[in-house]
Amino acid sequence: MNIETMETHAFDVLVLGSGGAGLRAAVEAASEGGVSVAIVGKSLLGKAHTVMAEGGAAASIGNVDAPDSWQTHFYDTMKSGHYINNYRTVEVFAKEAPARVLELEQWGAVFDRTPEGRIMQRAFGGHSFRRLAHIGDRTGMELLRTLQYKAISMDIKVFQEVTITRLLMDGSRVAGAMGYYRADGHFILLKAKAIVLATGGWGKVYKVTSNSWESTGDGAAMAYRIGADLKDMEMVQFHPTGMVWPPGVAGLLVTEGVRGEGGLLYNSEKERFMKRYDPERQELSTRDVVARSIFKEVQAGRGTPHGGAWLDISHKKADFIKQKLPGMYEQILTLGDIDITKQPFEVAPTCHYQMGGVQAHAETCATTVPGLFAAGEVACGLHGANRLGGNSLADILVFGRRAGIAARDYATSLKKAPEIDDTQVEAEVARILEPFNRPDGENPYAIHQELQEAMSTHAAIVRSEDDLKVGLNKILSLKERAKRMGIKGGRVYNPGWHAVFDVENMLLLSELIVRGALERKESRGGHWRSDYPDELPEMGKWNFVHQYSEDGDRITRVPVPEMPPELAEICARPVAPGREKVAGSSQVPPRKE
Amino acid sequence: MADEFILSIFRGDADGGQEVEYRVPRVEGMVVLDAVHHVQAHEAQDLAVRWNCKAAHCGSCSAEINGVPKLMCKTRLDEYEGQTVHIQPMKTFPIIKDLVTDVSWNYEVAKKIPAFHPTVAAPFRMQQWDVDRIQEFHHCIECFLCQDVCHVLRDHQEKSQYYGPRFMVKMAEFEMHPMDRADRIPQIKNEGGIGLCNVTKCCTSVCPQHIHITDNAIIPLKERVADRYYDPIRNFFRKLGGKGDESQPE
Ligand SMILES: Cc1cc2nc3c(=O)[nH]c(=O)nc-3n(C[C@H](O)[C@H](O)[C@H](O)COP(=O)(O)OP(=O)(O)OC[C@H]3O[C@@H](n4cnc5c(N)ncnc54)[C@H](O)[C@@H]3O)c2cc1C
Ligand code: SF4
Ligand code: SF4
Ligand code: FES
Repeated sequence: MNIETMETHAFDVLVLGSGGAGLRAAVEAASEGGVSVAIVGKSLLGKAHTVMAEGGAAASIGNVDAPDSWQTHFYDTMKSGHYINNYRTVEVFAKEAPARVLELEQWGAVFDRTPEGRIMQRAFGGHSFRRLAHIGDRTGMELLRTLQYKAISMDIKVFQEVTITRLLMDGSRVAGAMGYYRADGHFILLKAKAIVLATGGWGKVYKVTSNSWESTGDGAAMAYRIGADLKDMEMVQFHPTGMVWPPGVAGLLVTEGVRGEGGLLYNSEKERFMKRYDPERQELSTRDVVARSIFKEVQAGRGTPHGGAWLDISHKKADFIKQKLPGMYEQILTLGDIDITKQPFEVAPTCHYQMGGVQAHAETCATTVPGLFAAGEVACGLHGANRLGGNSLADILVFGRRAGIAARDYATSLKKAPEIDDTQVEAEVARILEPFNRPDGENPYAIHQELQEAMSTHAAIVRSEDDLKVGLNKILSLKERAKRMGIKGGRVYNPGWHAVFDVENMLLLSELIVRGALERKESRGGHWRSDYPDELPEMGKWNFVHQYSEDGDRITRVPVPEMPPELAEICARPVAPGREKVAGSSQVPPRKE
Repeated sequence: MADEFILSIFRGDADGGQEVEYRVPRVEGMVVLDAVHHVQAHEAQDLAVRWNCKAAHCGSCSAEINGVPKLMCKTRLDEYEGQTVHIQPMKTFPIIKDLVTDVSWNYEVAKKIPAFHPTVAAPFRMQQWDVDRIQEFHHCIECFLCQDVCHVLRDHQEKSQYYGPRFMVKMAEFEMHPMDRADRIPQIKNEGGIGLCNVTKCCTSVCPQHIHITDNAIIPLKERVADRYYDPIRNFFRKLGGKGDESQPE
């Protein structure tokens, strides 16, 4: 490969990932002009994982429950994260989320309305007030489509179906990225002064997952390889309500909106079992609690025929269900043959979200690599040990924007554009083409499947030292086999070839999840250890940071940043700010049944 | 009930190709995309197919299944009990490989659509009934199945003259937004080419999101064009009062 003839571009700001976080970053970086901006996605524009989000975006606008405030959103988010979140990230987030949601309306998003004609907000687990701005059950699509059309109306260069495989360096700072066009396999080199990483999560490491195919963690893996710190990797969210039956759709999400709109959970004995696990919040408890409760019911022999719980919203009027949850109604009818307006249906936990990821500064989203910024699901800091529903869509808006600003500022402050030496590019070209030399090598699909089995068996919702060790060994031996992955066919739209790099990234991140899970000898949020069933105050003082080294992953404990008194005071309150008057009433928030 | 399904999938590229038969074990409730994935994982690693969500949210997996434009992830195989299932790429767009087509023309059209243009600042006060009508258009997942089936684009390849149903829906979304103040009618008539649509409703019949493309987007837009260009009295009032009122639903 002659580097001279490789397709090459140079930009001030390069955004990797065209999900919500990436698009929001690109829009911001380009908003003042004078800065060249490009955005890259490995799918077509408008198809990113964000499109799947259903329930809503959390922001304390207070249109439905007036006493809501940023303080309450802060309180809820810290509590749900079991206090290993970065408090400053949470503070910035809670304060800015309302403005970010309202601004979408300016760009064409049309949220559901309150009777007063304002943006409607719905209840969700762990939120003290009705807080999720939504559009039926397709809020992510609205958000993504709005940002997509905003971005194409601006001066932003869009690369579609380009897979980035490596971040390139100039000394210790980032200098660009390279990859290939999926359509025909030709290489592309993108030089940049600053890069925003917005490549999303890695839910595809588990067998039963709500995530789209893109969620293979490429960005996190690439950042780790160039020395960026990764944090809290053991913190994986299992959403309590994935579809269970038929097997073809297992894992497909049933939005929390079903419970938000009044859906109830029952075990095989027709008991509303959540009363036993969280008498106050019941179905609207946080996801870690509800997922674990369903798991425990099934273990105790009170599961549904296919190993889950019953979710029932049929006590609500059919018209109400079809208006509030049209997508769910149709999804479960066409794929599961069940009319949810008439009968209950089976649900069980499904892998949903990665709280861990690339460590990012609370205000600038800067990673530990100069010039590299991270926002959205790939980043870490906001959610702690358990993410609240609706906080991710708000996250990608707030920190997408902030990463865009910081990248723009960084790029304009650079006196000299970074340079990329040819050896990095040559080495990557060789690596990318290598699998073609082994037409009879290991099948990447088979390795992926075995990895998913291993992760689902040994490092999923319940974990233990012995199990995790077995899992780790399996991952390490898969990693060895993966070195011999090979493919048939040519470079034109060859999914087998594409899968090779996805699988390498997933193997790496799976290893970090398991190593982190071994290290955290306690149960906290999404991380549940059967051999350490309690949450330990001593462990709550630490985040675990992963660093790349020649001889493998290096884990260090770093102290969770300590809150200033005024924020600590908020967290110490016995009831959420604004709820003092209603405290003592049983249901939070008030619901009609 | 047979314990396997028989698929006949187009394999090839711009230079030609043919259908190849594959047998896939039956799994209860499986959709066409599951079967294609099975083939990919076990027999043909390089079988090209686009998909993202497998939940009918992203609009990536469009194809023609036994001749009908559909989403592969929303089409159950048991609908085709006892039949061979023929899977072909969309015909209206140039093929890249196997089931993947080059849909970039749609993104070029998208870029020509002027952004939403409110003249007041959000937050807006709008009632649910104000927005019900446009929210329907927001359901579009950009699967381009309507573009695939529209004869103006498919049989006559008049892509340079008509934006196609998807983008009439997009135009309608902004045009009927209570806060939008851009004048979109000349573009809808001229470059947009709405006159080429002869209301066959094929687009509506394939839309996986059940958007009433023809009745609720195209026909009202055609009416606005007619009012503007062929009804001088309405046109006069429109100039006085800004756009809007002539299009309120009955
Ligand atoms: C079914 C479902 C429902 C959800 N509902 C909600 C909800 O109601 N509320 C809420 O707050 N959150 C919800 N979430 C979570 C939320 O949708 C995601 O966390 C969020 O959208 C992540 O956005 P992102 O921009 O960080 O990444 P993504 O949307 O995942 O985008 C990642 C982008 O990076 C690109 N990319 C990745 N790797 C590469 C590479 N190697 N080269 C080039 N490009 C690459 C991808 O193509 C894509 O464009 C839901 C998630 C799921 C799965
Ligand atoms: S109704 Fe119009 S847009 Fe739709 S398929 Fe027919 S000609 Fe095309
Ligand atoms: S209008 Fe319907 S058929 Fe056309 S692109 Fe949108 S969702 Fe697909
Ligand atoms: S894969 Fe997303 S619509 Fe089919």
